[in-house]
Amino acid sequence: MSLDHSLYGRLDDVAGNAGHEEHPPRVGFFTDTSICIGCKACEVACKEWNLVPDDGFELLGMSFDNTGMLGANSWRHVAFIEQELPLGHQDAGLALQQSEHGGGELGTTGVDLGMPSFELPGARTGADGRQEFRWLMASDVCKHCTHAGCLDVCPTGALFRTEFGTVVVQQDICNGCGYCVSACPYGVIDRREGDGRAWKCTMCYDRLHDGLEPACAKACPTDSIQFGPLDELRERAQQRVEQLRANGVADARLYGEDPDDGVGGDGAFFLLLDEPEVYGLPPDPVVPTRDLPRMWRYAGAAALAFLAAAVSVFVEGRER
Amino acid sequence: MTRPWSPREKASDDGSRERSMVPRAQFRSYYGRPVLKPPVWKDYVAYYFFLGGLSAGSSLLAAGADQRGQPALRKGTRIAALGSIGLGSYYLIRDLGRPERFHHMLRVAKPTSPMSVGTWILTAYVPGIGIAAVSELLPRRLRATPLGRLVSALARPAGLASAALAPAVASYTAVLLSQTAVPAWHESHEELPFIFTASAAASAGGLGMMVAPPEQAAPARRFAAYGAIVELAASRRLETRLGLVGEPFLTGEAHRYLQRASTLTVAGVVGSMLLGRRSRVAAVASGAALLAGGLYERLGLLHAGTASTKDPKYVVEPQRQRIEERSAVQRQRQRELVQRIPPDPGRDEIDEGRGHRDH
Repeated sequence: MSLDHSLYGRLDDVAGNAGHEEHPPRVGFFTDTSICIGCKACEVACKEWNLVPDDGFELLGMSFDNTGMLGANSWRHVAFIEQELPLGHQDAGLALQQSEHGGGELGTTGVDLGMPSFELPGARTGADGRQEFRWLMASDVCKHCTHAGCLDVCPTGALFRTEFGTVVVQQDICNGCGYCVSACPYGVIDRREGDGRAWKCTMCYDRLHDGLEPACAKACPTDSIQFGPLDELRERAQQRVEQLRANGVADARLYGEDPDDGVGGDGAFFLLLDEPEVYGLPPDPVVPTRDLPRMWRYAGAAALAFLAAAVSVFVEGRER
Repeated sequence: MTRPWSPREKASDDGSRERSMVPRAQFRSYYGRPVLKPPVWKDYVAYYFFLGGLSAGSSLLAAGADQRGQPALRKGTRIAALGSIGLGSYYLIRDLGRPERFHHMLRVAKPTSPMSVGTWILTAYVPGIGIAAVSELLPRRLRATPLGRLVSALARPAGLASAALAPAVASYTAVLLSQTAVPAWHESHEELPFIFTASAAASAGGLGMMVAPPEQAAPARRFAAYGAIVELAASRRLETRLGLVGEPFLTGEAHRYLQRASTLTVAGVVGSMLLGRRSRVAAVASGAALLAGGLYERLGLLHAGTASTKDPKYVVEPQRQRIEERSAVQRQRQRELVQRIPPDPGRDEIDEGRGHRDH
């Protein structure tokens, strides 16, 4: 096991690398946002099972999303994105010629300003029901990275890699130093107000021990959140994205499934219908630890210069 | 891999679906909300960075003064080195979410965590400077006791040991800030260690000028001057090198702190150079300016990092650019591959030869 390998890059046996000799296969989430209906059952189930306190009942006033983002008290977060999406049909002006007055009624009737109608998007099915407007919904969660920034920097050992390959905080150890909060390239983990410790998704570590799936996946009514062995999920996700593209959803893409990405692949990855930043996700996250040897080299040079300066001020010309 | 076409992206003039290399006018985000969590660290951490650096520089000056026989400089810097690391540790613990659990840091030694590395550096550093400082503080009647004689005898080696660790104390904090996803801290990892150690030298030099009479403070003045020059040069490089991610250093509260830091540092060094040798009052004033400059420097760096997490553009735009560059390289490779397909068997050998050279 080389150190470089542990810090960055592809790592197939993440639990083994962390010292688990015999361990179950790595598990994860595949969140297929194309079938998310924004019911937030995952948020509720997570809060109930893990006894996560509320974080106020404020309305954010931007969409149906009043959770905002993941945090110490939100381990699942459903994002709602409202988008105009031109369908690309063309106006040949035929409508005017076919109308009763050949266009003479222009300006006398109502004009479609492109405002969203009162009808729910997707209320009608079939091609004629499509509007130039879409809702994207996505349930975000801790990514349980292969190379987890939070885990790398934790100075107490409170954060650890479980035998399932997930990343969990031991609440009896955490002393609330807050380093993990700044080390997460996804902005997931946070310190809980009034508690002082860092909290995040545990992928229901307790349920996994009992052979149960995590609460959010269990509660998801459309199976947008799928839980299982990571290898299996990656395969399934690949099939799903190919199916969607074949059906004309050209924007479908996987996010976080690539074991060669900046965090060595996510334990929880996603199928998205737009660019990641639209969902509040970083487009190309990299674990800060990747640059650790380089950063220490610069620090070493600065330390030597500091020492050399201190020596030289006593050595050179005493008379000054 | 070609990127899936999205309706927001305009096809280029030649009719292809390749995107132009002009950066997009506006980045996209989730209702403008931040991608990252702002650091939870309060100003206490900046106080610690300042005090830790001050202590490191002071213990170096103390060791030098000890070797050179400058007792006033030695005494003042030893006591200050212990006092500042003590106060710094207090702030460090105060900043924890669960201060009563500070000793959990000592459960593990973790090379991937600069905070863990720093904990052990401090643990090794403090006893040495502690003995050296206590030897200066011992009342005369205790000095004659066996314990007092032991402390006095150990003072020099203990002081040297702490001086040997001082460069690590002053520089590890830069790695601590840089090993985060915070754009302004991570991207400035080349300059931060130099700013931290240089600022530590300037602060310790300032302190030396305050505690020692001018005739003994020459090393302190030089230390401060070296530190100030490197600090200003490294800060300047940081601000110009980083582009968009350098913006948080040049705007808002962080900028005000950093401006104050450089003004005070320049004033302190110029004051000590012109008047520090002649007037004790001027030396003390210059030293105080240098200390204040060091504190503002750390506050500025801390706040710049926080600002860079609050606007998603500092996260999304550089990452987007990285993706664009990668796919541009890929497209270039594909183009080369297409060109390399030999038109006739005769050229096969030549192309193979070129391929080998590339590998």
